[in-house]
Amino acid sequence: MKVKSLKLMLLSVFLLFGFNIGARAAEPLKMAWIYFGTPGDAGWTFAHDTGVKMVQKEFGSKIETSIVENVPESADSERVMRELASKGNQIIFATSFGYMEHTLKAAKSFPKVKFYHNTGFKSAPNVHIYNSRMYEPAYLAGIIAGHMSKSNVLGYVASFPIPEVVRNINAYTMGARSVNPKITTKVVWISSWYDPSKERQAAETLIGQGADCLMQNTDSSATLQAAADKGVYAFGWNSDMSTIAPKAHLASVTQVWGPYYVKVTKAALEGKAFTDNVWGGMKEGMNGLESINDKIPDSVKKEVEAKKAQIVSGKFKVFSGPLKAQDGSIKIAAGATFTDKDIDSIKFYVEGVDGQLPK
Amino acid sequence: MSMYSLSPLLASAISAALPLIIVALGELICERAGILNLGLEGMMLMGALASFMTVTMGGGLFLGLVMGISAGVLSSLIFGFVVINLQANQVAAGLSLTILGAGLSAFLGRSYVGFPAAASFAPLPIPFLKDIPLLGVSIFSLNLLGYFGLLSLAGVSWFLYRTRAGLTLRAVGESPVVARALGLSVTRVRYLAVFFGGAMAGIAGTYYSIAQFKMWQEGLTSGNGWIALALVVFATWRPMRVGFGALLFGGVTALGLYFQAIGLSISTFALSSLPYVATVLVLVFISRNLETVRRHAPAWLGKPFYDDS
Repeated sequence: MKVKSLKLMLLSVFLLFGFNIGARAAEPLKMAWIYFGTPGDAGWTFAHDTGVKMVQKEFGSKIETSIVENVPESADSERVMRELASKGNQIIFATSFGYMEHTLKAAKSFPKVKFYHNTGFKSAPNVHIYNSRMYEPAYLAGIIAGHMSKSNVLGYVASFPIPEVVRNINAYTMGARSVNPKITTKVVWISSWYDPSKERQAAETLIGQGADCLMQNTDSSATLQAAADKGVYAFGWNSDMSTIAPKAHLASVTQVWGPYYVKVTKAALEGKAFTDNVWGGMKEGMNGLESINDKIPDSVKKEVEAKKAQIVSGKFKVFSGPLKAQDGSIKIAAGATFTDKDIDSIKFYVEGVDGQLPK
Repeated sequence: MSMYSLSPLLASAISAALPLIIVALGELICERAGILNLGLEGMMLMGALASFMTVTMGGGLFLGLVMGISAGVLSSLIFGFVVINLQANQVAAGLSLTILGAGLSAFLGRSYVGFPAAASFAPLPIPFLKDIPLLGVSIFSLNLLGYFGLLSLAGVSWFLYRTRAGLTLRAVGESPVVARALGLSVTRVRYLAVFFGGAMAGIAGTYYSIAQFKMWQEGLTSGNGWIALALVVFATWRPMRVGFGALLFGGVTALGLYFQAIGLSISTFALSSLPYVATVLVLVFISRNLETVRRHAPAWLGKPFYDDS
């Protein structure tokens, strides 16, 4: 609660001074982004900000961009969006899950403004959604972990038990077990997206339990840093984190929003509004596995490359049968695959994940 | 639970407890002088960033520590001027300090995100003692700032109860009117207490950025300043109990994570609320005896005092 009120006050400061205006020209297209944090998180918001920079570089003076940072996932976000819309922004990107209802409400009052909401599942005539299939690169990371682990125990620092996170844990475990069936994954939930102290403690606990390849679905790089201190491996998440701990870092599972933002902007400049709901993955270039450590043997790198090619071509789907749940029951029969709707409602651990999924 | 699994558990609890101890002891001294400084989070963040910047620019660890302390002290002195000289409301001033520190550090630290500290305080195991089972890893293999945290527990206790200056400090917190009548300079004592609080917050911030996380990120201290504030009340303003409280908090957090990692089938949500449940239970336990709380709480806490000397 204290953090929230802090953000509120910061928000008002940012509203006064924080509009980051790009270059001006004759009637540029006005676009705005609202961020849950600041690019200083080196993760989630940083990834979005990198995308915005790509748009700015690509279109220069043809567009005018505004960014509002530290917008809480409350009615405040609606207020911010209304203000941005009434200031003439024609396109507004809301880059966090919790803005969903507020985006819909604001969009109702501004039917001519296009809203794009990140990671949500509700759309409207002028609200379109976009998300990335992080489970695809997470599966590839699992392949690396399956080869690099000596203890055959993987660790996962997790935030909240929602389908998005649960399927990433599953994909990581499935990837590892596809090359090393002895692998098990231990999971620790910290009930937060960003809490470096707790992320570090969770990582230390997992390492204490024998995990030697860590992954996290949280926003800071504390897990990676803890792994580096204890001499085990870990991955980066959301953004490229290789510089944080070059030795411990195996690879980074990254969000890549730039190409999508460019596509939306280009369509708008050409007068054709972009109206697709996008759930893109490696095929669309909306995420990736970057900065793979040189320590990883070439044979493993090739294996990852091959799998990536299969994912991109659509030949391989991560959630395809035969797939067993934790208790051994068949979840997907051989030859069958999960639909997007199934994937979006995954609430079970696959075989190889230790412990109980919080309900 | 075998010794093998208990040892990393204890080590994790202690390394999480140490920065809390350092910053909470600073606050304890401050509150014992009657000043409630809610700006711990802001001061720690300023300290964390200043030390990280210094180390990144090649200033070395000790200059980093000095700059971390200076940043903490500087922000605390701004607070001190506002509440001691201008007699502003301490709660409002403290909250502003937190907001200022969080915002300013995030702004100034933008270009320092995403790479590790150029140097860091490495663990310094003490010969022989480090081989003691259980305690060897957790207590005798700390880094320099960690040892400082442990020693400052003893140091602050000694100062508070065994020295004349400590008595003066407590007198000022109990009744500045009487202290003033005895010829003590209330303003000077309060400034020194605020100064000490800022220095300790700076050290705790430095602990986070160049001893524990070895990186800079916005909001690196993740609300630990607020936990430290709670610890002071929890400890009924007694230094040794701050140590106990920090260890309990760190231990219960570590235990909750540990239970998950070994796959114990207890609800995650129940486990993550453990530290807070434990805190409430202890608070209930100590409030049984109101007399104890009243005797140890500084009577003049949070109230301005007009010093006409």
